[in-house]
Amino acid sequence: MSRKMTRRKFMAATAAGAAAATFKFPTPGIAQGAPFKVGLLTVKTGGLAQGGIQMEQGVLTWLKEHGNKMAGRKVEFFSADTGGKPAGTKTKAQELVERDKVDVILGPLAAFELLAIDDYIEQHKTPTLSLAGADDLTQRRPNPYFLRPSACSSQAMHVMGHYAAKEMGKKRAITVDWDFAFGYEQEGGFQAAFEKDGGCVTKKLYTPLGTPDYTPYIAQISGCDVVCQGFPGGVPLRFLKQYANFGLKFPLVTGETGGDDALLHSFGDEAVGQTSACPYTLDLKTDGNQRFIKAILKDFKVVPGFYAAGLYVNCDVVEAGLKAAGGTTDNKEKFMAALKAVDLKDTPRGPIKFDHLGNVVGDFYVRVCEKRSDAPYGLKLWNKTVKTYKDVSQFWTWPEKEFLAHPVYSRDYPPLKKC
Amino acid sequence: MSARVIALAVGFVALVTLPYWMPGIYYINVSSQILFSAIFALGLNILAGYGGLVSLGHAGLFGIAAYATGYMLQHGFGHPIAILTALVGGMASMAVYAVLSLRATGIGFIMITLALGEIIWGLAYRWISITGGDNGINLHGRPQPFGIEINTANSFYYTTLVVFLVAFAAVAVFVRSPLGAALMGTRDQARRMNALGYHVWAIRFWACMFSGLLTAIAGILFVYYTQFISPQALDLTASAEVVLMVIAGGAGTLLGPIVGAALVIVVKSVVSGFIERWNMLLGAIFVAIVILMPEGLVPGTARLWRLAWRKAGAQASREAERKAGTGS
Amino acid sequence: MTFWLLLTVNSITFGGLLFLLAAGFSLIFGLMRIPNLTHGSLFMLGAYFGATFVGGYLSLTFNFWLAVLMATVLVAAFGAVIERFLLRQLPGQPMAQVLVTLGISFIVADFCLMVWGGDPVRVDTPESLTGFLRYGPMVFPHYRLAVIAIAAAAALGLWLLLDRTRLGAMIRAGVDDPDMARVVGIRVSQLFTIVFALGAGLAAFAGIIGAPILSVYPGLDQDMLPLALVVVILGGSGSLLGSFVGSIVIGFIYNFGQALLPELSYFVLFLPMLVVLLVRPQGLFGRFVP
Repeated sequence: MSRKMTRRKFMAATAAGAAAATFKFPTPGIAQGAPFKVGLLTVKTGGLAQGGIQMEQGVLTWLKEHGNKMAGRKVEFFSADTGGKPAGTKTKAQELVERDKVDVILGPLAAFELLAIDDYIEQHKTPTLSLAGADDLTQRRPNPYFLRPSACSSQAMHVMGHYAAKEMGKKRAITVDWDFAFGYEQEGGFQAAFEKDGGCVTKKLYTPLGTPDYTPYIAQISGCDVVCQGFPGGVPLRFLKQYANFGLKFPLVTGETGGDDALLHSFGDEAVGQTSACPYTLDLKTDGNQRFIKAILKDFKVVPGFYAAGLYVNCDVVEAGLKAAGGTTDNKEKFMAALKAVDLKDTPRGPIKFDHLGNVVGDFYVRVCEKRSDAPYGLKLWNKTVKTYKDVSQFWTWPEKEFLAHPVYSRDYPPLKKC
Repeated sequence: MSARVIALAVGFVALVTLPYWMPGIYYINVSSQILFSAIFALGLNILAGYGGLVSLGHAGLFGIAAYATGYMLQHGFGHPIAILTALVGGMASMAVYAVLSLRATGIGFIMITLALGEIIWGLAYRWISITGGDNGINLHGRPQPFGIEINTANSFYYTTLVVFLVAFAAVAVFVRSPLGAALMGTRDQARRMNALGYHVWAIRFWACMFSGLLTAIAGILFVYYTQFISPQALDLTASAEVVLMVIAGGAGTLLGPIVGAALVIVVKSVVSGFIERWNMLLGAIFVAIVILMPEGLVPGTARLWRLAWRKAGAQASREAERKAGTGS
Repeated sequence: MTFWLLLTVNSITFGGLLFLLAAGFSLIFGLMRIPNLTHGSLFMLGAYFGATFVGGYLSLTFNFWLAVLMATVLVAAFGAVIERFLLRQLPGQPMAQVLVTLGISFIVADFCLMVWGGDPVRVDTPESLTGFLRYGPMVFPHYRLAVIAIAAAAALGLWLLLDRTRLGAMIRAGVDDPDMARVVGIRVSQLFTIVFALGAGLAAFAGIIGAPILSVYPGLDQDMLPLALVVVILGGSGSLLGSFVGSIVIGFIYNFGQALLPELSYFVLFLPMLVVLLVRPQGLFGRFVP
């Protein structure tokens, strides 16, 4: 039994006396005594720390806002720093499951981290909600204990590809991304949807991880009418700057990491005009979102983006599932089934539900970045929603069987065709 | 019975009875990790500590053995064949690695090994058909040596312990052998060794091969433990980490790498749960070691211990003299 | 045509930035035989400091060039402290030097994460250098061209220092033969502190000069350190000319290698480094074999 009094636990404990829970669930006679244990696998050191820190902020905001209770049960929260390495992720997952005996795991951050614990969470029947994009974990190699309320890697990019072809009228695209699975799946998704609607991808550029200067790739961008980038973390900042520096005028489109609202305060004028398709947008005027933004601004003084919102929504889902399972997780299969059946109408990202493979079916927002001196929250740039796509599944508009018959998006799939 | 033998005996007993006094499965697992990391560190120590050749690419070799195991298992081969392939493949890679790196010594050796390590890392990322790229290779299940299941924390720990003890004994024998002495000779006085007729290159090469064997074993245990291998396990920070384990613990000593491995793993896996800035703490510990015990934790502690004894002894004899002086 | 011209100019630019980064490393390594594995973190620290001064610190914003100067001096002082109190105790102990420089780099990297957080920091290009140069269809930003000029000026300044001043003569003597230098009466340990501070300052200078191009983010140190190592190995340790030529060559290999050989993009730098180490370990102009 862990005897630690970490900062997080202290905060969580003191938050019990804080603001009343906004969601009042009727709580029939349940085991009120035993606390509900939530574990978070995140990255707080190294290059991935940017998203990881925001993930934790999302969870802490939720807990504080809900008086540290889920479905009437007190929450014991364990936060673990995996260091961004799969071996560390495995170790920390073991810590959470075997030492801390958590009932549910939130995170991890990266797709390769999630793959490292894929078998483990299935073996130990620990429901895991992550925003890691790895497509196949809800497609061709589904894990029954994995739930993804945010988006799989290609989901938002399907929307972007369609929008670029249909609404923006673009015909020739060049994609540029990091040379890893998340990059392949994003750009593959973009290409599939873009080409379905009459466009054609002329070049797919993949850069090594950790490249400081993208000029060798920017120099190869020509003969197109739109450029799609999908860089993760803080990379979009320097890519956009370098892109603008060379006077390239092709409009940029991107997915949820390239257009993350959390980067708005770091971007300069070079981001103006970028179109992005995201599962979360700051300018969504629903109660759920406004409440969330207000809370996180109050607690952490940061404007949230995809990562913080994603984890906040994960908490919403866990609570709804817990309530539906009668407040107890003794029957793991029942709890997992309850989680999968969750259907929420007012999360910060709008209404969501899940398909039978555990991936979200929800709204996706296409926004354009504009310059606004009067933008909310002290920002100088703002992502303005121009179109909302409702009930987008991970298969876009293809029938599930047809989609799954194709191989997973990779460096060579979909193949480039003659334009 | 010298203090040293007693200490070693106590340590041995503690290791063997560990699952009974460790507070929980999680810590038993951490101990298993420490043990195979210690094998890795012992392997590097052969080269760095006893041979004076610091390799900043050792994680690459570790990775090759791990990937070989993963690849064979993924394609349906049995565990014995997979392990054998990994050992042979690891040692063959080490042979190539040694031939290339031994063209230089000192900083040149460090740079060549760094370059080789980075190249192997790049291959792990790009040779997707074999390595799966950054999606890595997922393993299902562990081997059953002599039909024994090693899927639980305890059984895996004991298996690792047995391998560790054999490896440790092998290193101890090596160090006290003529080859080991020759290796240390080439570290201290390469030219003189040459003049005396020793084939310096061959000595170093065979030391590399032994190091490669230990590294391959550690890689195999690693992949069975985490049941997953991806390029992150063999990048530059992984190579730097094992070098740090060896230096912090005490290069050129038997127990140093083990202590170093324990230090790094404990801070990374256990202390990181309590202290958010554990990276900074680890760096501070390294700096402190350099200031207080630049030769490493194990030799440094031994030195301070002897100093304390000597001071106590000197004080005691001064007391005795005084008493004798006043007595007479 | 645009493609080739653009990449050629950028090769020289990137090479210029690499020179600023590698020159410090080469000097330290050449004189003190210490592989300063902290160099990447000093680059990053200088960039963060500079970014803070430019962006506003204690409600004061500084002119870009003043910020560059301040960041350089701050990190140079930090370097002097490291050398005086830590590295000086460890002459000729490569293991301890590796341990302490890596340990310091962990501390600096985590410190930066703690103070500046995980979000990337943007540094605006200085007013006077925004804008492009247009040559037909090719567009090239003024700032990147300025980097070439800055690197050239720095190279000239360093050369004058090493070749025409007494300090420079002492440094060169120390590089060639530290023991004889001591015998002749040169205060080698004081020289070490000065050179380490100079090297650290150069790294920080490179960091903040590069910041408008690369931005500042956690992990910048690990992206840049291998590049410094490759340049020094190729060009040769302890040689200014070697660093200069090496950085331009690496600039070309980096740009053209990645653009023309995307399959080998991961190996494009380390394969040449390996070849040089095997064939000519002292590098192109090195004064000694490392």
